[in-house]
Amino acid sequence: MTGDVETAPLALEITGLSHSYGARKALDDVGLTVAPGQFVVLLGLNGAGKSTLFSLVTRLFAARHGRIAIFGRDLAKAPGEALRRIGVVFQARTLDLDLTVLQNMIYHAALHGIGPAEARRRADTALRRVGLGERAKDKARVLSGGQMRRVEIARALLHGPRLLLLDEPTVGLDVAARAEIVAQVRRLVAEEKIGVLWTTHLMDEIEPTDQVVVLHKGSALVSGAAADIIAQYGAKDMAGAFSALTNARANGAAA
Amino acid sequence: MSATTSQALGQEQAPTGFTARQFAVCFGGIVWREALRFAHQRERFISALVRPLVWLFIFAAGFRQALGISIIPPYETYVLYEVYITPGLMAMIQLFNGMQSSLSMVYDREMGNMRTMLMSPLPRWFILVSKLAAGAAVSVAQVYAYLVIAYFWEIEPPTWWGYLTVLPALMLVGLMLGALGMLLSSAIKQLENFAGVMNFVIFPMFFASSALYPLWRVRESSPFLYRVCEANPFTHAVELIRFSFYGKFDPLSFAVVLGCTVVFLGAAIIAYDPARGLLAMRG
Repeated sequence: MTGDVETAPLALEITGLSHSYGARKALDDVGLTVAPGQFVVLLGLNGAGKSTLFSLVTRLFAARHGRIAIFGRDLAKAPGEALRRIGVVFQARTLDLDLTVLQNMIYHAALHGIGPAEARRRADTALRRVGLGERAKDKARVLSGGQMRRVEIARALLHGPRLLLLDEPTVGLDVAARAEIVAQVRRLVAEEKIGVLWTTHLMDEIEPTDQVVVLHKGSALVSGAAADIIAQYGAKDMAGAFSALTNARANGAAA
Repeated sequence: MSATTSQALGQEQAPTGFTARQFAVCFGGIVWREALRFAHQRERFISALVRPLVWLFIFAAGFRQALGISIIPPYETYVLYEVYITPGLMAMIQLFNGMQSSLSMVYDREMGNMRTMLMSPLPRWFILVSKLAAGAAVSVAQVYAYLVIAYFWEIEPPTWWGYLTVLPALMLVGLMLGALGMLLSSAIKQLENFAGVMNFVIFPMFFASSALYPLWRVRESSPFLYRVCEANPFTHAVELIRFSFYGKFDPLSFAVVLGCTVVFLGAAIIAYDPARGLLAMRG
């Protein structure tokens, strides 16, 4: 195998990632890692470059500079091997509303080369895990926003990835649904040791022990445990630390 | 796949590469979804059917007196105008379908479905070709539905074999027009821009072709326009269908349609290529 190292490879390893749209720089030399069983929050305001980073990691398009590796597989050199190890929940709703929940699952499995019989078996397990086992025959259209998200999480795990990427997964959900999604993903991390990269602009989703990477105007300003970052900036909470961080940056840039 | 479902991937003993069966499953899944979507979108099917029928029943009926058709290959006798325009209408169904699936790709991309599809670990060219083949199959089904109705209007090939010999031509034309639509979809970011494509692609392609009038008629009125029509790939799509419907083979139109399919498809694959494509420049 390639990339054999003494320790288990990181679930996700991003180094020196830069990207620009024409002259506009969207990401500037960003690096971050997600270990198996680690919950990493990518925190940034809208326009910080989260979506670009997400597009690059999911290979909608390739990075201009830098390297992305998934369990040691270089995304640029072995895209198939890298992509089959990622589960993704996009910010936009991506279920086909005209199809049933199960049909959505079977379609997704087919895209990964998993046949319908095996897909049914896995879908059953996956839906049960998110508490929607009895909704398989329902049209995706009739589900609530929170239920759709849970189906999307179940679908993302259908091909057995050990890395889960979620792009602002709680946007547009009510408080109860949000809490449920967060709890569910944290359970996956704790119980199944799945590595998670969670992008958000909502500070209250962050727990003190989470690994946080603050992305601002295309640059990773700081990364570390949430509690450490808060302490470092002498703030009460993550929101305080975040504004201290970004203000410092703005003042520095203006000078 | 092995029995160790959720543990398998990410571990060092995980499989590498994809088997022929996995490719087949993926292809089957994409075609299956396209068929399901088509079955659910009854309005789309009906409008795809009504459009050529309006042309056939109203336009052709009104026009048959105005336009005399001389005997030109593949016809061996004088034919009614309805008979003449039927291959053009078959191609029109496929033209709209090809552009509509490009509309659905723009829509899908905005809605995220396209993202899901492009996340497949299988090679992207394979995903795009599968999607194209699925769209072409749907357009062929629509053409046959039209032919059933046309049959009761006494528009039929000289022998029943015509229904079979036209099938490969329809499949190829479906691929060509789908590939063109796919290429356009990569260049369109906003849904609204699609209306422009209708005006700038569908109508010129359809009217500057041999779909509604034989090209010798066009030459009489404008030699320049005649050249344009001759260069239009859609003309060759119509002629390929016209000849094969009559159990004949037109090498020139076959070559042009095949060549255009390869070029459009190649360009679409490049446009959707992560490293070289247009997507990376615009986000």
